[in-house]
Amino acid sequence: MSVLQLRGVSKTYGQEPAKVHALGGVDLSVQAGEMVAVMGPSGSGKSTLLTIAGSLEEPTSGDVLVCGMALAGMPRGRKARLRRRVIGYVFQDFNLLPGLTAAENAALPLELDGVAVPKARAAGLAALEALGVADRAGRFPDQLSGGERQRVAIARAVVGDRRLLLADEPSGALDSVNADEVMRLLHEACQRGVAAVVVTHDAQLAAWADRVVFLRDGRVSGQTTRPPGPESLLTPGEIR
Amino acid sequence: MSIPHFLLALLAEGPKYGLQLREEFEAGTGEVWPLNVGQVYKTLGRLERDGLAESDGTGQDGPQKRFRITPRGEEALAAWLRTTPDLTSPPRDELVMKVLVAARVPGTDAHEVIQAHRQYLVELMQQWTRLKEGEARDDLGLALVVDAELFRLDAVTRWLDAADARLKRAAAGPSRPAPVPAPVPQLRRLGARR
Repeated sequence: MSVLQLRGVSKTYGQEPAKVHALGGVDLSVQAGEMVAVMGPSGSGKSTLLTIAGSLEEPTSGDVLVCGMALAGMPRGRKARLRRRVIGYVFQDFNLLPGLTAAENAALPLELDGVAVPKARAAGLAALEALGVADRAGRFPDQLSGGERQRVAIARAVVGDRRLLLADEPSGALDSVNADEVMRLLHEACQRGVAAVVVTHDAQLAAWADRVVFLRDGRVSGQTTRPPGPESLLTPGEIR
Repeated sequence: MSIPHFLLALLAEGPKYGLQLREEFEAGTGEVWPLNVGQVYKTLGRLERDGLAESDGTGQDGPQKRFRITPRGEEALAAWLRTTPDLTSPPRDELVMKVLVAARVPGTDAHEVIQAHRQYLVELMQQWTRLKEGEARDDLGLALVVDAELFRLDAVTRWLDAADARLKRAAAGPSRPAPVPAPVPQLRRLGARR
């Protein structure tokens, strides 16, 4: 069963003559343990796809299923529970709450879901440890480097038993070394069974994904096929 | 590719045999560019001829012949490291040519041509990224080579994105009168033709 499935998803905004077709008939399926990158120029519909996948917005037409559950017609309360328990979000500008420590930020989704504070904090700390920033647990966001803040944001996105991770330009504000590190951490989360959709304009970061989907003018214009193993790159050749 | 200078750098560490030079070259470059031993001896022959290296002088190429760098070779190596390559003339790039051609051949969708190449490049980058996370994690030479390749391919994909956007804007036509451009220096005529 796919963790995320989009079937014929379209999204339009506004009315004629100023109607905007943000997405047109998009099909996408993401399995557990798979990272899919979505690439495309500004205005191609990448962020719209992500907000629809994350149930933050409804499509104009088409179906969205998360862990086999159709979002169409789902009561608001149930959708909210889905967002708290199943879906994790990683944003370009981290979106950490400035008044909470790293540990409190990481534990927040569980606390909002009614998990007892000690248990939520323990899970948050475990998530920070998996991302190599447990020693920063007591610091506030403005006391952390950009790379550390993004690790805390990822910890918050994967804390508990999240199945789906949605990331919008997660490395956008970081230098190339830290950006690479963020993608490595997301990839490791997928290796632990999380399904991830990462929106990025950066081909080097998209290359971390198992599959790259290209969007253009709201439609899928192509996607990578599963490449052969890296040993095919190292065949003997002429040195120029 | 500066094989002679890399061999000089290896000789600068101490006298070495031909086979040893081949092994150390391949190990130092992550085994991305295999060298055959004939090419090594041919290059060493040229270095000897140019006075940049000298050998024990058995007269025959083979495992018994050891090579060392000369003082002139050390100067040549230092000069090469200090000298920037001539990048003034853009090389004739097949992909640039393809996009230029696709933009003018009637009935060709230049955006499809661009997308096909973009997809191929990203698939290549996926393979290099897997290598980076596998063998290259513990091999500095290989990691540097893989990084260089990833940045090179990334630069090409960025150019494809820019070309795509430029072609789209050109097809949409000017939305406002273009400003009168300032005079441009005739750079195209200053570089050497290849």
